[in-house]
Amino acid sequence: MARRAPPPELAAGDAKAARADIEAIYCGEARRVFASLVRLLGDFDLAEEALHDAFIAASEQWPREGVPAHPRAWLTSVGRFRAIDRLRRKTRFDAAQADIAETLYGESGEDIETGDAMADDRLGLVFICCHPAISADAQVALTLREVCGLTTEEIARAFLTAPAAIAQRIVRAKTKIREARIPFEAPAPSELGERLAAVLRVIYLVFNEGYFATSGASVTRADLSGEAIRLARLLAKLLPEPEAKGLLALMLFHESRRAARTSPSGELILMDEQDRSLWDRELISEGLALLDSALLSRRFGAYTLQAAIAALHAQATRASETDWLEIVGLYDVLMQTDGSPLIALNRAAAVAMRDGPAAGLTLIDAILERGDLRD
Amino acid sequence: MKYLCLVYFEPHVFSTLSDSDKAALDRDSLNYDKELEKNGHYILAAALQSVATATTVRMRGGKISMTDGPFAETREVLGGFIFIEARDLNEALRIAGNIPMARYGSIEVRPELNIG
Repeated sequence: MARRAPPPELAAGDAKAARADIEAIYCGEARRVFASLVRLLGDFDLAEEALHDAFIAASEQWPREGVPAHPRAWLTSVGRFRAIDRLRRKTRFDAAQADIAETLYGESGEDIETGDAMADDRLGLVFICCHPAISADAQVALTLREVCGLTTEEIARAFLTAPAAIAQRIVRAKTKIREARIPFEAPAPSELGERLAAVLRVIYLVFNEGYFATSGASVTRADLSGEAIRLARLLAKLLPEPEAKGLLALMLFHESRRAARTSPSGELILMDEQDRSLWDRELISEGLALLDSALLSRRFGAYTLQAAIAALHAQATRASETDWLEIVGLYDVLMQTDGSPLIALNRAAAVAMRDGPAAGLTLIDAILERGDLRD
Repeated sequence: MKYLCLVYFEPHVFSTLSDSDKAALDRDSLNYDKELEKNGHYILAAALQSVATATTVRMRGGKISMTDGPFAETREVLGGFIFIEARDLNEALRIAGNIPMARYGSIEVRPELNIG
């Protein structure tokens, strides 16, 4: 075939640009392509291989032929067909795979071609990773690796665990998903509340690991909080439920104080002693808008209430101007949905600020007497 | 990251295989190396001669000493290796799990240690 070669220096420049494009597309789109491949192929490992194959194909073809108009659709489509090819080749040794390959091939790929209009499959992926059939530890590891794209080693570093332990958790969770045939679909409206609560719990756990942990490299830890916020932003966009917004707002208020909460020597500074000029106003106003919208829905829960409390702190320009009356009121409501000793203790501290130390101490004595805090 | 996949097996497993099964295993193994090469995971791979051909070398106090293999009481022996490039440990485990010999023996996956 006679193909006219472009001038070499132009070709080199184009190839370099295409490689830079591939890298940018990998960073921005790989997880979304992966999520679609999990949905289309019904298997995490197959999807991971397919994603890898698709980017190998892109690195061969794009420098030569240019970046396609809809790179994400291109990658998803190529990945899917490579996976089917792979299954067909395996079929020669493993008859059980034959049916799977033919079923996948038979299913239409109609929505792949439409590109940007395509639904974001990361939402479905989040719900699978946080499925109640999977242990809580594994939900966290799986979500960070499959949805956020962290490596096993990065997750292990952040949680101060051996990579082999995290890897096994992830492998077992995937086996569970395969064997229990957990479907790739958003939960039915009847179970949405419960399933969403599991997702939010995972996100907040990841955030807290990055925010409140006292050991480990601080940079890695901050990354973990950033990862949780990124995930919550995605969730609030794809599924704008009040509690998803409430949790995002809560984390933004916490995060807004990051620069003020440690001294230069690394010691923790309590909120009433923090330099409030260091608080990130941009994060606070983003949080306030989300909180308003969650409160207006009148379907909010514990995260939104905690965000409302955090917002009152965020809006006080001096510690002495904190609206403790309102905060105690919010804790009263919160106690009705979450009567945990930790919330009771925080409420007691707020009462102490409103009515004086004696009132707070009486409450704390009562909590201690009940013995809930022994753990 | 780089990972070494060490392939271990009990030598007698091969005596239970038919000639055509052995030929298929060899063909699958070579094809798998080629596949890994094609998708950028492959660095180096080799199968090793029987453990009966092994010699172990030690240097102690400037003196070299040698012992012949095989070693007593070793049930699983090292039969080969594949050195791979993978995004993370879980990807390495997936690749290792698909090594054809994993169906007969076991694969030990070890991450590369970066010194200095």
